[in-house]
Amino acid sequence: MVTASGTAPPVHETLTVSGRHQVTAFAVMVLLLVVAPFFIYPLFLMKALCFALFACAFNLLIGYVGLLSFGHAVFLGSAGYTSAHAAKVWGWPPELAILGGTLTAAALGIVIGALAIRSKGIYFANITLALAQMTYFFFLQAKFTGGEDGIQAVPRGVLLRLFDLRGVMTMYFVVLAIFLAGFLLLYRTIHSPFGQVLKAIREHEPRAISLGYSAERYKLAAFVVSATLSGLAGGTKAIVFQLASLTDVHWTMSGEVVLMTLLGGLGTVFGPVVGAFIVVSLENYLAQLGAWVTVVQGVIFVVCVLTFRRGVVGELARLIRRPL
Amino acid sequence: MTTVFGIPTQALFGQLLIGLINGSFYAMLSLGLSVIFGLLNIINFAHGAQYMMGAFAAYFLLQWAGLGYWWALLIAPVVVGLIGVVMERTMLKRLYALDHLYGLLLTFGLALVIQGLFRNQFGSSGLPFQIPPELTGGRNLGFMILPNYRAWVVGFSLMTCLATWYVIERTKLGAYLRAATENPTLVQAFGVNVPRMITLTYGFGVALAALAGVLAAPIYQVNPLMGADLIIVVFAVVVIGGMGSIAGSIITGFALGIIEGLTKVFYPEASNTVIFVIMALVLLVRPTGLFGRDR
Amino acid sequence: MLKRTAILLATMLALGPVAALAQISDGVIKIGVLNDQSSLYADLAGQGSVVAARMAVEDFGADKKGMKVEIVSADHQNKADVGSAIARQWYDVDKVDVIVDVPNSGVALAVNQITRDKGKALLVSGAATADLTGKACSPNTIHWTYDTWALANGTGNAIVKTGGDTWFFITADYAFGHALERDVEAVVIKNGGKVLGKVRHPLNTADFSSFLLQAQSSKAKIVGLANAGGDTTNSIKQAAEFGIVKGGQSLAGLLVFITDVHGLGLPTAQGLIFTETFYWDLNDKTRAFGKRFAERNKGIHPTMIHAGVYSAVTHYLKAIEALKSDDGTKVIAKMKEMPTDDPLFGKGTIRVDGRKIHPAYLVEVKKPAESKGPWDYYKIRATIPADQAFRPLDQGDCPLVKK
Repeated sequence: MVTASGTAPPVHETLTVSGRHQVTAFAVMVLLLVVAPFFIYPLFLMKALCFALFACAFNLLIGYVGLLSFGHAVFLGSAGYTSAHAAKVWGWPPELAILGGTLTAAALGIVIGALAIRSKGIYFANITLALAQMTYFFFLQAKFTGGEDGIQAVPRGVLLRLFDLRGVMTMYFVVLAIFLAGFLLLYRTIHSPFGQVLKAIREHEPRAISLGYSAERYKLAAFVVSATLSGLAGGTKAIVFQLASLTDVHWTMSGEVVLMTLLGGLGTVFGPVVGAFIVVSLENYLAQLGAWVTVVQGVIFVVCVLTFRRGVVGELARLIRRPL
Repeated sequence: MTTVFGIPTQALFGQLLIGLINGSFYAMLSLGLSVIFGLLNIINFAHGAQYMMGAFAAYFLLQWAGLGYWWALLIAPVVVGLIGVVMERTMLKRLYALDHLYGLLLTFGLALVIQGLFRNQFGSSGLPFQIPPELTGGRNLGFMILPNYRAWVVGFSLMTCLATWYVIERTKLGAYLRAATENPTLVQAFGVNVPRMITLTYGFGVALAALAGVLAAPIYQVNPLMGADLIIVVFAVVVIGGMGSIAGSIITGFALGIIEGLTKVFYPEASNTVIFVIMALVLLVRPTGLFGRDR
Repeated sequence: MLKRTAILLATMLALGPVAALAQISDGVIKIGVLNDQSSLYADLAGQGSVVAARMAVEDFGADKKGMKVEIVSADHQNKADVGSAIARQWYDVDKVDVIVDVPNSGVALAVNQITRDKGKALLVSGAATADLTGKACSPNTIHWTYDTWALANGTGNAIVKTGGDTWFFITADYAFGHALERDVEAVVIKNGGKVLGKVRHPLNTADFSSFLLQAQSSKAKIVGLANAGGDTTNSIKQAAEFGIVKGGQSLAGLLVFITDVHGLGLPTAQGLIFTETFYWDLNDKTRAFGKRFAERNKGIHPTMIHAGVYSAVTHYLKAIEALKSDDGTKVIAKMKEMPTDDPLFGKGTIRVDGRKIHPAYLVEVKKPAESKGPWDYYKIRATIPADQAFRPLDQGDCPLVKK
């Protein structure tokens, strides 16, 4: 996943070539997602979409900047709590509640990012973990989060005073819109001059610095973008499920997003989406089988790391010899 | 009765002693993790699961073979260490050329599998395991009753830690190991079988975890999740001490046990988190940990 | 083309398994057993509750009466979001009519709200929070087996009256622990006792030596454990090490199940005093059930939660038989109308706030010498009559109770 090992997934070499196949893939994805709720339980799809956005945001950091953050759940969860609190206690309409959550995550991203960004590799992971655990503790103790019970019965509200979000389909298409917006934002970030500099930093940081780029500032910016979009996912999720709980800030959630991204394909555009859908489906399907969920997740981790490092989309991309 | 911050000194000494005892657990566990990372560059997230397997091995030895605690201290680490060897040979070996974060993900996945399987089989209430009769009872120290078993734990852990440190830092075998990490090709050229040393070292680190598990079995419940929450704390200990520094882990383990013990007196709700606060503080000032070397 | 199909296939495969769950028809009474099957509460509820539900359906003779009953189950992993997602899917897609069990108060409260919104039925056996018949009471929920008030009152009262009038609390630092501590403290003080100190520990603590030491130095006669699951068993195990009981103090477990005692072993657990509302060795009927249940549940004997599931499902089916409808709100109302009677809890009633009423028992764990074999663990110290076991109707702040 990171530079010098020479075994990073084979992406981006041909990125400067026309991205038309990516446009096609995008169109297919949108089509599937628009049609899906008529066949598949929309609540499940919305869950998958929120996690897909979270995984895409996480992927920016790990796939394109090469930084493994072990505490990313903090952004998902803190946004969730803020949005839930804003909607339930302050009575904010959903668009403002979600915005509030997103901004909280952004602020947290700036703080944690500033503290962590000077480290690299495993040390970066360590420090994000430490800061995340402290934040978890804060949420555990704070009265407003409701501790183990979480914030429950969060109202869905009326979006922009027009759309009553209690209707399942309305809610779904709003979530889809949010997801696509976030996805496109990430896509633009990756395929922009900013994204190119990030790649340069990932490939060879001293060289990038010698060319005059402030590596730390770029990495921090990417970190904050990643945190913000994770927050967007978290805030939306709190409104959809009308619940914000400690699960979303626990370190095992950070592990789950790693799983999704790894399974889907690190450093690919569509990988995290596919990975999120697979993992959420598995959890849903296996919930009926009780305790096997963690075993299966573990097996997937093991298999992916040993033989399937490029992930589903990564392998697909390799097959068609185009970046996905 | 004199008091320190409102706590009678007697009680404070008791808490400090308990902190020391807990610290010895942390030290032993982080020792294994540190050996594995220091010498092999693998972040062994399965350490908690292997600790749990050690405790279960002790339970099985008693249930099925009638072999008691003292036998378990010898046999369990060997058995679990062998399992570790198999894990290394079949899976970890393939990741050495890669970024060591892959090793972390693999061992994390293995931990999930092992814990999930044990939980499916044995439930989560835990299985009973008694303190061996030779070590029951306690000694009245005046300010508290010190259970004999806990005194034994401190002593044994300290011995193990010192012995391990000595072997790795002061003997020829240890020197070979350390050289092999720095420059495997060169060491191999000298005729030392490096892959075998690596395998055995991993096995040894795992055995240390299992040994800690046997020590824990009589006082903590033998249950499949006993390592799950512990691993992240032990990981923090190793990080603070300096990833790769054996002495660092040992010292930090004991020190953190004492700090945690004090936190339990003054602000007990935070006792799970104080280690991470320290971890954050240390990492901000010294990213490689207190005694660590940059890799 | 091939590549696009490949992407299409991959995504469809990912979504496929869920679609398969979506087509179940009505005309069936569908019972969903929702609980923790993989962590803290897996043994005291878990698969055993599914067994209990099945036994209830069989013993009721649903087949012979022409009622089609199906049972599904799922693991909520002690997470409110997982539990709510499963509940929603069950109600919306899988046409589940009633959810039973739901240990873990946070999850129960979430599912309580969802059940109410959708007009279905919820029979809680596993969760403890007395809020389910208090602030959060609902016309769609019945709280069956026990609650924090009953535990506090049973254990607290009984212990203080037998001389345990000074207490020290070791409390799990979360809502359930706080509630338990608060309720027991109130009982202790009401009976003229004193609380000499408290200490709060994080959930899932492995080592209690520090807290036990504080309990010891307080010299309180009773060390109250306001925690559950692994925390309780760890506290008890380590208390033995530090000679708490030998030193003259007594341990009061405020939430203990027979599976915990089994996990601890009698040498460690002996002497423990706590409240339960069911014990398999109480009388012939419960013994018969206990043996049948154990055969189907890997030898594990029923906890009060399992018994509660059996009793609740039995009464639920009786209500449907009488009403000839499985509409959630109507069935719950019918269940409250009808007095209950089953081999496990005997005769009882259900109050308007959704509280099931039956007697409670103060039990003490036997010494190893007194036990004739595995699972023969309790001595019954006292029986708390049904009308005193639960919080009085007017003290709960339940909006359904007319003042």
